[in-house]
Amino acid sequence: MRYPKAAAVAAATLLLTPVALAEGDPARGEKVYERCEGCHSIERDRIGPRHQGVVGRKAASIAGFAYSPAMKASGLTWDEATLDRFLEGPTKLVPGTRMGFAGVPEERDRADLIAYLKQSGG
Amino acid sequence: MTQTNLILPAADRRRFLTGGTRLALSGAAIALLAGNDALMRQAAAQTPDDVAILNTALGLEHEAIAAYELGAKSGLLKDGTLKVAKTFMDHHKEHRDLLESTVKKLGGTPVKAKTMAQYNFPADKLKKAEDVLRFAAKLEKGAASAYLGAIPVFQAPALKTAAGRLVADESMHWVVLQNALGESLPDALAIS
Ligand code: HEC
Repeated sequence: MRYPKAAAVAAATLLLTPVALAEGDPARGEKVYERCEGCHSIERDRIGPRHQGVVGRKAASIAGFAYSPAMKASGLTWDEATLDRFLEGPTKLVPGTRMGFAGVPEERDRADLIAYLKQSGG
Repeated sequence: MTQTNLILPAADRRRFLTGGTRLALSGAAIALLAGNDALMRQAAAQTPDDVAILNTALGLEHEAIAAYELGAKSGLLKDGTLKVAKTFMDHHKEHRDLLESTVKKLGGTPVKAKTMAQYNFPADKLKKAEDVLRFAAKLEKGAASAYLGAIPVFQAPALKTAAGRLVADESMHWVVLQNALGESLPDALAIS
């Protein structure tokens, strides 16, 4: 009965590894991105602004997109850290945002999603 | 795929357990159900975010109607699938009307639809019926997720219920389209 024990330890180690340090997986992130595709696309502005090049750009900076006053006043620049916080709770980080969406609760999903956004940066 | 989190985050759980929603909000819900416009407007003044979320949802419905119009007019859909597309377009029109009237009742201004050109759909990529159905299925699944994500952020309980009903409609559309595409049955908890 040594094997199951070792497996349990391995599983516990995996669980304890801080996910924040793990690099996101863009392929998995593309699947998570399906949750965004009711409102966003990478290439074109829709209900929400396009995501091409979002990592590294200032919040509310797509010309011609009708952002909320709250987003315009946020003063944020989208990097891994700010995106992670925004996606965890959009209305918490930017109260009054028009992105009426609860967010992505799982840290791993957010990391993968951000990796995908980075990859589609263009 | 995704580890589904059915457990409320601590803060939400606390709010849930203590029934921390403000009294005025249950007022809004009652007014919405009872059609008491004055009471509802009064409650809405305290929940401007609900109106903003409703308008975002309305924008999504406008886009869905235009997408089905594009699909229906493409000439690529025949008989059965054309009928499905037209029926789902009608559903989205019903959603649009419902959202528009709710925004107005809450004292807001409903967002208008864009022109077909402004939607900038990838029309050049729709070359056969399957492309149209896949395009629609993707939008529907995304819409189901969007409404699911609206439930926790709506303040008024009646709006949470309404969003739940919309999740149901959009997932029904998604599954029917998947079926028309010959895809396998969806997994449990497919909408996240
Ligand atoms: C219900 C529709 C909707 C959904 C679903 C949605 N968004 Fe948004 N998103 C918006 C809107 C609308 C805005 C503009 C917000 C504002 O101006 O307040 C926005 C803004 C953003 C921004 C800021 C962009 C900028 O140019 O400053 C990011 C980043 C973003 N969304 C990421 C996401 C991701 C990732 C997802 C999926 C997990 C997602 N959104 C899901 C509607 C949505």
